[in-house]
Amino acid sequence: MKVPRCKGSRDLSPQEMSQFRYIESTFQEHCQKWGYEEVRTPTLEYLHLFTSTGTLTPSRLGKVYSFLDWDGWSGERIVLRPDGTIPVARLYVDSMEDQELARLFYVTNVFSYEQTGTKAREIWQCGAELIGSDSWLADVELMLLALETLQGLGLDNTELKLSHAGVIKAYLTCLGIDDKERGKLFDQILDGNSVVLDSIKIDKSALRDLLPSLFTLNGKSSGFLKNIRSSLDNNLTEFGPYFDNFITITDLLERLGLKYVIDITSGRGFEYYTGIMFRFSINGDEVGGGGRYNNLIPLLSNRNIPASGFALYLDQLIPHIDQLTTPKSSVKKILLRNISEELPPTRLISTAKRLRKAGYITSLSFNSEVRPTFYWLLDMQQGKPLYTLTNLATGSQSELSAIDEVLAKLREENAP
Amino acid sequence: MPLRVALPKGRLLPTTATLLQKSKWAVGSYTEKSRLYRLQAKRFPELQVRIFQEKDIPIQVAIGNYDLGICGLHWIDELLVKFHSSAVVKVKNLNYSRGKLTVVANGSQNITTVNDLKAQTQVIRIASEFPNLAEHFAVTNRFRQFNIFPLWGGAEVYPPESADLALISLEGGKIFSDHKLVSISTILDHSAFLIANRQSLESKDMSELLTSLYEGLTFLHKDAEVSKQPTTRLMIEKKSFVPQASTRTIWLALPDGHQKEPTAELLNKTGISVDGYSTKIGNHRLTTNLADVLVKVVRPQDMPLQVANKNFDLAITGKDWLQEHLSQFPTSPVVELLDLKFGWVKVVAVISMDLTVSDIHELRSLNNNRNRPLRVASEYVNIADKYARDNHLGLYQVIPTWGATEAFLPEDADLLIENTKTGQTIARHNLKIIDTLFDSAACLIGHRDVPNEKVERINKITQMLRSTAEEE
Repeated sequence: MKVPRCKGSRDLSPQEMSQFRYIESTFQEHCQKWGYEEVRTPTLEYLHLFTSTGTLTPSRLGKVYSFLDWDGWSGERIVLRPDGTIPVARLYVDSMEDQELARLFYVTNVFSYEQTGTKAREIWQCGAELIGSDSWLADVELMLLALETLQGLGLDNTELKLSHAGVIKAYLTCLGIDDKERGKLFDQILDGNSVVLDSIKIDKSALRDLLPSLFTLNGKSSGFLKNIRSSLDNNLTEFGPYFDNFITITDLLERLGLKYVIDITSGRGFEYYTGIMFRFSINGDEVGGGGRYNNLIPLLSNRNIPASGFALYLDQLIPHIDQLTTPKSSVKKILLRNISEELPPTRLISTAKRLRKAGYITSLSFNSEVRPTFYWLLDMQQGKPLYTLTNLATGSQSELSAIDEVLAKLREENAP
Repeated sequence: MPLRVALPKGRLLPTTATLLQKSKWAVGSYTEKSRLYRLQAKRFPELQVRIFQEKDIPIQVAIGNYDLGICGLHWIDELLVKFHSSAVVKVKNLNYSRGKLTVVANGSQNITTVNDLKAQTQVIRIASEFPNLAEHFAVTNRFRQFNIFPLWGGAEVYPPESADLALISLEGGKIFSDHKLVSISTILDHSAFLIANRQSLESKDMSELLTSLYEGLTFLHKDAEVSKQPTTRLMIEKKSFVPQASTRTIWLALPDGHQKEPTAELLNKTGISVDGYSTKIGNHRLTTNLADVLVKVVRPQDMPLQVANKNFDLAITGKDWLQEHLSQFPTSPVVELLDLKFGWVKVVAVISMDLTVSDIHELRSLNNNRNRPLRVASEYVNIADKYARDNHLGLYQVIPTWGATEAFLPEDADLLIENTKTGQTIARHNLKIIDTLFDSAACLIGHRDVPNEKVERINKITQMLRSTAEEE
């Protein structure tokens, strides 16, 4: 029987769920090793948290699930969380502002309308935010944490793509584009549409010359950025600090032996980035990304607190996780079955309790089905032998008269 | 399956009728005075022609009840801006009945541009019949905090006391306003459009109909009258009278439309005189013979939400509209203060006489055996939704309507939640009542929390009205 599921939503089967938990726990483990603390924010937030300039681009805001609450007569709309970072920034401003430095991580779902209904409208993210530092080392820390997590999942072929919001914004400023138009162009470039730049009349020849190398080439070393910087007109001082920052970060990544590609046009529909932006992909699938967002927290709290962060996309990662590498529980499961009507159920329940206490996963049998997930079958009856233990893998059987004997037998068989 | 076309009542009707005439459809009775909802086109005897409120048409085409429709672009965009994947395709701009969708503010507010608004740090309240387009306007302009008040009409009356902005459609005529309204931004130039259901356009042959309309359109636009149609300008009457309100002022909302006459009579008997309320076209802000009590004339449908937001202290509306509000917002602070004992109607559940079921339980069983949603049409979308939920109707959809709901059965809906005085209209349309939800009458409503400086006077007005109502 098929009962329809909401468009754009998915179920996770036990198999997928174990992959999900594997990714989640690997992420958690790495975050904790780097000193990050876990937080959780609510699924419902006010719409206005996401509407101000510098948060989500209008194209993403047009896909937010918003509605009036049962007490929403004022017209105040609430939304299903459309983004992971902004609520964490709110949480920080709300209750952690006294901490100079906060390292936070979370595993959360975010919601965004997708027109066809064939792709996910609910997306799971593993996110980490480093709030309170403007250091380029903090950006590198986040990239390393993400890459280590991916490596920990057995994914060694991650591709790292870099861009820099500061460089893009400086370019647009140099073009002499006014504030309003600049914001629009930045949004479009972040939405992946750098073609818009072709339509702009560029008067300054230095900027025109910069256009192809900056926006269409893919640099593979800090040398690429140094080359561009050397060709920069001395008048274009706006670029200086952003290029220096970009070069410092790429230099360090190189010295750490990390490969990357510089692709200026790689954004993700987030207006809040101000500095380095990075994306991770595996065989062409984007599996994560992040960047520096120094203006977001000032927007919420009027305090000048810099931050950067990233998120890994759980749903995108699941297909890349080899089922075989997902660690199975090493505990062999027992199916406990009553084969005589006379045996009181309390005996069965207390036996199961003993087995679980000894660390065995034990399920009671209610029918004749013996699923292959079980390793042992333990039959009980009134009379002798009280226990019959069958190894379902080998078929070997032992007749036993006391629970301690059963436990001894299990220990013996499970010994390496 | 014959093709089905939805045509508009109201402002688009005269030119649309001319268009059909030029297209040689020979649709009888498509006139303003006709009370018929289903018409025949002699040129296309198979064609089913149905008359709707203009607002209903995009929804009716989107849900597939009609293959083609004619309505203003603003109503199409009001649907599409929120529901991007609605199955509505804009087929052709018919280019008549032009208008502008404009954001206006009150001249006394010192707001003249969008940038003035962006600089505001407090919540911006926008009143409109076009709540989705209003939200889109607020989002694309990156307002920090905004609230939208959806309205049934008369949005221009709301600023400055009850809203900061109104999004209104200017359609050539004058907008009556006692304050000077200033246009902040025009967000859409609209005109009549031909729309089609996406699936119909993809799979049905409608070419003969479309060709005839396009031919008719060419003739129509050769007609000097249509092509010379003036482009709409913001024409607002500035009246000299501006009521002076303070924080002590009690705002009383009085209904326009058909509740106006009995309300005026009630006030008259009570000894409350409201200057100009009874005149046919008048100001929407009025003074009274009571100290520091001002009146706003608005749609009764819009009153409970405004009372909840403390924009009005007292309002004379219907229990049906109070119930509609409470169905959407169960914890709302709006309370009924007084039953005014006029304007009695019953709110009922209605189905087609052709269905064999006799109550809601039988309808539920019937619905459980079908695999398409039960279409519940109503002006009271929240009452209808709650009724369907409470009665476990299973798979259902609520179709909002703007009047003449009885004409929706049986083709365009399966169940109506509708008000009726005598039941005669329902019987005349071959329909039957299967349930009565509640009895409604006019009532006085107020806010649960009344500021101290107003308590005494509000109680006094309530008491005065109570004495009159009880004499009836």
